[in-house]
Amino acid sequence: MYDKIFPPKKIQMPNGKTVLEKRSRTPLVIILIMAGLFFSIELTNFDINQIIKNGYKFYMIIEEMIPPKWEHLPNIWTPLMDTIKMSLLGSVLGSLAAIPFAYLASSNIVKSNVINTAARIFLSLLRTMPALVTALIATFVFGLGTLAGTVAIFLFTLSYVGKLLYEQIENAGMGSFEAMESLGMTKSQAFRQAIFPQVLPNYLSTSLFCFEGNVRHAAILGYVGAGGIGLLLDEGIGWRDYASVGMILLVLAITVFAIETVSEHFRKKLV
Amino acid sequence: MNHVEKQLYAAPRNYLYLYTVAFILTVLFVWSVSAVSLNDVKESGLSIAVNIISGILTPDLELLLTFNSNGVAYLLVETIAIAFLGTIIGSILAIPLAFLSASNVVPKPVAFLTRLLLIFIRTVPAIVYGLMFIRVTGPGPFAGVLTIGITSIGMLSKLYVDAIENLDTSVLESMTSIGCTTMEKIRYGIVPQLFSMFLSIMIYRFDMNLRDASVLGLVGAGGIGAPLLFAMNSYRWNEVGSILIGLVILIIIVELASNKMRSKLIKG
Repeated sequence: MYDKIFPPKKIQMPNGKTVLEKRSRTPLVIILIMAGLFFSIELTNFDINQIIKNGYKFYMIIEEMIPPKWEHLPNIWTPLMDTIKMSLLGSVLGSLAAIPFAYLASSNIVKSNVINTAARIFLSLLRTMPALVTALIATFVFGLGTLAGTVAIFLFTLSYVGKLLYEQIENAGMGSFEAMESLGMTKSQAFRQAIFPQVLPNYLSTSLFCFEGNVRHAAILGYVGAGGIGLLLDEGIGWRDYASVGMILLVLAITVFAIETVSEHFRKKLV
Repeated sequence: MNHVEKQLYAAPRNYLYLYTVAFILTVLFVWSVSAVSLNDVKESGLSIAVNIISGILTPDLELLLTFNSNGVAYLLVETIAIAFLGTIIGSILAIPLAFLSASNVVPKPVAFLTRLLLIFIRTVPAIVYGLMFIRVTGPGPFAGVLTIGITSIGMLSKLYVDAIENLDTSVLESMTSIGCTTMEKIRYGIVPQLFSMFLSIMIYRFDMNLRDASVLGLVGAGGIGAPLLFAMNSYRWNEVGSILIGLVILIIIVELASNKMRSKLIKG
């Protein structure tokens, strides 16, 4: 299409041959980005003067966060532990629940297009929902508290691990699976003995990775009332008690860093 | 003992390690179950769940299909605009930080300090930035743009660094050997390589930012989140349904489009 509007440049080589050089797409990309920028600036009331005028407020908030308020630490422990518990429980249950869905979604195990497509659509619909929106809906169904947060994390983990797991199952070597089926094993037995050991290290690694991310996600779920440390963050900012917010953020950063280090250690061992 | 059995017994057995890990995991799991109390669940939960599902199945079509400033379409366009502008700002801010944290460009201590700064920028959740920027600009999509911009920096500069460190230097060497100047090397050797990689990274991040932007409305930073929250708090499930349908369709379309563009960019 693009080549028809702007025909490729002909270059005559010294030996008489002609070479076609395709026109660069860069101008088109730049024009598209510029148009996008123009409309976005119009739509979002972007105003550079406001940043120059009020930008110092942002730095003032950060300055108030340092040094953090250490007395706030005792109040943080319970919500922090709640956050970790929520993400751990949600991740474990979610990655366990992902196995049957991944089984149904992989086309080399279940030879039914209808079931495959249904399972895949279910997984991708779940995946498109931002975790905070799921948590918001969950607070209406399960009430305010950690249960709603756990459900949100569970659903997110299910969709994420499920998608990656079915891709791994489809890429697994089928030789031993077929051999076991020909020996008279049922499909699920052969799956358990032949496919599962192949995908297990990757599956565990994906679940651990998802757990890492979930700790981050769980930290903000409290904002919609789904339990954990998010509620404290919201309160701190609402009351402009930025020193406490700084303390929460510091504790959160240390926790996330510690969990990431531990899980990275195990993920390196696995793969 | 035949060959198969020998192989079977030859397999390494680190039961102690496995049992220890399993034990720790079980203890952690049991500990985490204590977080969930079923006391908060009310009788009304089930009827609300039914209402939500029926709301999604019978969406408010009028809201979904009107194009004025209250319709879902307008809100989605606003969300796209927030994510787009935020991505552009973030990707511009990330370029100097990426070069400053690439250990083959600057001295080690500088790279280390920049990486530390990036880790801190990345740990603060988007919603906290949102709440902070609202203090600066007042509620509205502008705060959302700044939030998306600053939250993108962490991941963008990390991916940029990978791209910078994976530059194909043989191209540069051959350019040196045929006598190119430094500027020519940058223009014809580095920029073409980095441009498509950076563009691909930006598209990837845009995809993620769209989800973030749709959530930022919950704190009042523009986009589709605020109407969603209002509709839910007043139990207007049909509106919730139409907003969610619009959001899901948009995210799926953007995801498909960005995957296609990125594979085209990488394969050339």
